[in-house]
Amino acid sequence: MSRPTKQIHLAAHFPGVNNTTVWSDPAAGSQIEFSSFVHLARAAERAKFDFFFLAEGLRLREQNGRIHDLDVVGRPDTFTVLAAIAAVTDRLGLAGTINSTFNEPYEVARQFASLDHLSAGRAAWNVVTSWDAFTGENFRRGGYLAEQDRYERARRFLHTAWELFDSWHGDEIIADKDTGQFLREPGPGAFAHHDDFFDISGQFNVPRSPQGRPVIFQAGDSDAGREFAASSADAIFSRHSTFEEGQAFYADIKGRLAKFGRRPDQLVVLPAATFVLGDTDAEARERAEVIRHQQVSGATAILFAEQLWNRDLSSYDPDGPVPEVDPLPGENTISKGRASVRMFDDRLATVRQWRELSEAKKLSLREVVIEVTGRQSFIGSAATVAETINRFVQQDASDGFILVPHIVPGGLDDFADQVVPLLQERGVFRAEYTGTTLREHLGLELPG
Amino acid sequence: MTPRPPLHLALALDGAGWHPAAWREPRARTAELLDARYWTDLVQEAERGLLDFVTIEDSLGLQSDRFDGPDDRTDRVRGRLDAVLIAARVAPLTTRIGLVPSVIAGHTEPFHISKAIATLDYVSAGRGGLRVRAGSGGAEAALFGRRQIPGITVADLDRPEVVALITELFDEAADYVEVVRRLWDSWEDDAEIRDVATGRFVDRDKLHYIDFEGRWFSVRGPSIVPRPPQGQPLVTVLGHNTVPYRLGARQADVVYVTPRDADDARRIVGEIRTEQDAAGRGDETVHVFADLVVHLADSAAQAADNRARLDERAGAPQGSDAHIVAGTPGELADLLLDWQSAGLAGFRLRPATIPHDLEGITRGLVGELQSRGAFRTAYEAATLRGLLGLARPANRYAAAAAATNSTAAV
Ligand SMILES: Cc1cc2nc3c(=O)[nH]c(=O)nc-3n(C[C@H](O)[C@H](O)[C@H](O)COP(=O)(O)O)c2cc1C
Repeated sequence: MSRPTKQIHLAAHFPGVNNTTVWSDPAAGSQIEFSSFVHLARAAERAKFDFFFLAEGLRLREQNGRIHDLDVVGRPDTFTVLAAIAAVTDRLGLAGTINSTFNEPYEVARQFASLDHLSAGRAAWNVVTSWDAFTGENFRRGGYLAEQDRYERARRFLHTAWELFDSWHGDEIIADKDTGQFLREPGPGAFAHHDDFFDISGQFNVPRSPQGRPVIFQAGDSDAGREFAASSADAIFSRHSTFEEGQAFYADIKGRLAKFGRRPDQLVVLPAATFVLGDTDAEARERAEVIRHQQVSGATAILFAEQLWNRDLSSYDPDGPVPEVDPLPGENTISKGRASVRMFDDRLATVRQWRELSEAKKLSLREVVIEVTGRQSFIGSAATVAETINRFVQQDASDGFILVPHIVPGGLDDFADQVVPLLQERGVFRAEYTGTTLREHLGLELPG
Repeated sequence: MTPRPPLHLALALDGAGWHPAAWREPRARTAELLDARYWTDLVQEAERGLLDFVTIEDSLGLQSDRFDGPDDRTDRVRGRLDAVLIAARVAPLTTRIGLVPSVIAGHTEPFHISKAIATLDYVSAGRGGLRVRAGSGGAEAALFGRRQIPGITVADLDRPEVVALITELFDEAADYVEVVRRLWDSWEDDAEIRDVATGRFVDRDKLHYIDFEGRWFSVRGPSIVPRPPQGQPLVTVLGHNTVPYRLGARQADVVYVTPRDADDARRIVGEIRTEQDAAGRGDETVHVFADLVVHLADSAAQAADNRARLDERAGAPQGSDAHIVAGTPGELADLLLDWQSAGLAGFRLRPATIPHDLEGITRGLVGELQSRGAFRTAYEAATLRGLLGLARPANRYAAAAAATNSTAAV
């Protein structure tokens, strides 16, 4: 029995504060003016993408105790800019990353329910769990959550928010002008939630929104993160975008669903991916090389190496060999406010790999960084990229991708105009929106 | 004769209007109170009327006729949307009118609100502001569960420990606004340099820690949002007595007050000026606006009838902190010009019903004022501060940095 062809899901990630965003290109526009957000969102909607996606970080990154200045710095407030984008789009889903450590459920539930009303059912919440005291210094609740508590708080936070969304069923308001009865019964939205993290009660003040609850995303990769996603999320945003890693991650996460009584189609797997197009595959590869060098300047390479070595390497030459000093063990003190730092769990082993790579391929430090930090990119002609993406999805390396252009605001235009039509021709991507809500775009049921 | 200072008009939006029976009016769009289209239409109508700005009411808890906590009524509008999100949703569909949502200081994070209003200022290209409400205790605190604040009832308002508590809540709100404002300044205007030669996106010497340490919270900064287009979006506060006037005098650009008549307005303006001097802001512009609930009709008798009919439907005369006016647009214009001479810079009008009284303002009152040369006939500025005659403020940190440099140079 041949399996049915899967429909691909695609999303547009507004390029953020990582070095993947090339701000030095003459075509690079503002990272903060609203016109940039309108441009990218409209390109995504023209291409019938599922949704627009915003990441978030609540403290400017620092390296060596100073604000990191080599990458883009600064971004807008998530809820506010998504509500504004709702005004200039019709169908595009609006996904916001909101942290469960430095927020409170009552306020976040109000904001997402409001966004869902104001966008007629297009809101999604990417629940992230950064918990560090460094970020906590910006908040009155202050900050610090033991690492092992972060998913426990996230889980409780999400369940509390669900109680608030569900505190209105949708039939409370009758608004009969003749009889003067607005509410069917007194006391709508009543809730009382008590656990180790949250002790709250009252009446929620936003009536039930079009989607009932926003679509829930999770982005986190540890075992606890995957369990959280498998138990509670509608979609997962991952870093596993190569074919093999993607397939392994896909099998792992979908395999976790059954124990929570869920079906595989109830969790959509969407890795982040970049892309570079050209008239030919060779031209695309050449452009990709140039872009990689824009993304990893010599100074950026040193900073990356410092994160791994956990020590000051400013006296080293990025175009020279990989530093021969050993990394400093212990807590990473050099770089703050970055989720990626935790990737370097075994520093010594990683440094050894870098040295081997450098020797084997005769690469400078900068070239090593370019090589090891390159994430999956779809590089090629539009036909090649369309074919590759389709193959990844049909062979369960993912259910689609959250595409991260490298340039604001025009970075998605060519993909929208050249790749999407090919996917549509193949019948693997919608030619028109068939639904109005994000749940419909993603094939998710309305919550009960 | 000195020319009359310009008169400013703000429109206060809340649900179907400020009369509790407004939602039952034939033209009320009661089924649409949670729809973007509804709010867009109202603000676009206000913009056609050339009003300075709209405010959008909000509360953390469900609307209630009780002072503290929900009531059991079923005959009033209940349920609302976050006001900052409504303002942002409307921003791209309007071009000149200011957008001033309510925010509640007691339980929320100043860091979040600062970046939200800065972003509102970006998506509206310089038309953002906020109206700050102090937190309250009891039922509102229970929604967040992070602190115990006793509930306050109307009967207790004069008890010394309650006065002390309210004073504290407003002092906290003042700290809150201080943090919000410092974060707006935490990036200098020209901090983003995009220097390709050195590979630097920002000049980090132009990003500043705010290092606020207060009794209720400390916040390090800088903001994650660059300095907003207006530099400092508009800060406004509503007050009925000395404690909130003091908050306004310390931190606001506009204070809304609720005088009974012109003399009362004069007294209140005087009190605010005294507080302003005490706060060391005597040389800064703090506009005082009077709040009025308005019923408008072609004849005074019709306006009075409308009000009586609505009161009857509601089962009681409307209770209001603000003076209620029922009359023709011409009569309202007379009243505004009379009160203006008491030192008011403008008015925040609360339409009793929407759309009827809102259109009475934008189509009736505005025309009356224009024909007397007392109101603008076209928008004269692109930002909200510009409409209100407020300069774009210098950045406190840039000024400090410049001072340090020039000292160093000596
Ligand atoms: C693809 C991906 C995107 C993420 N995006 C954000 C983000 O925008 N903001 C944030 O604070 N954390 C973000 N995170 C961090 C996670 O929320 C989480 O804190 C981190 O991955 C550590 O959890 P883990 O050990 O489960 O991976 C992201 C993680 C992944 C895998």
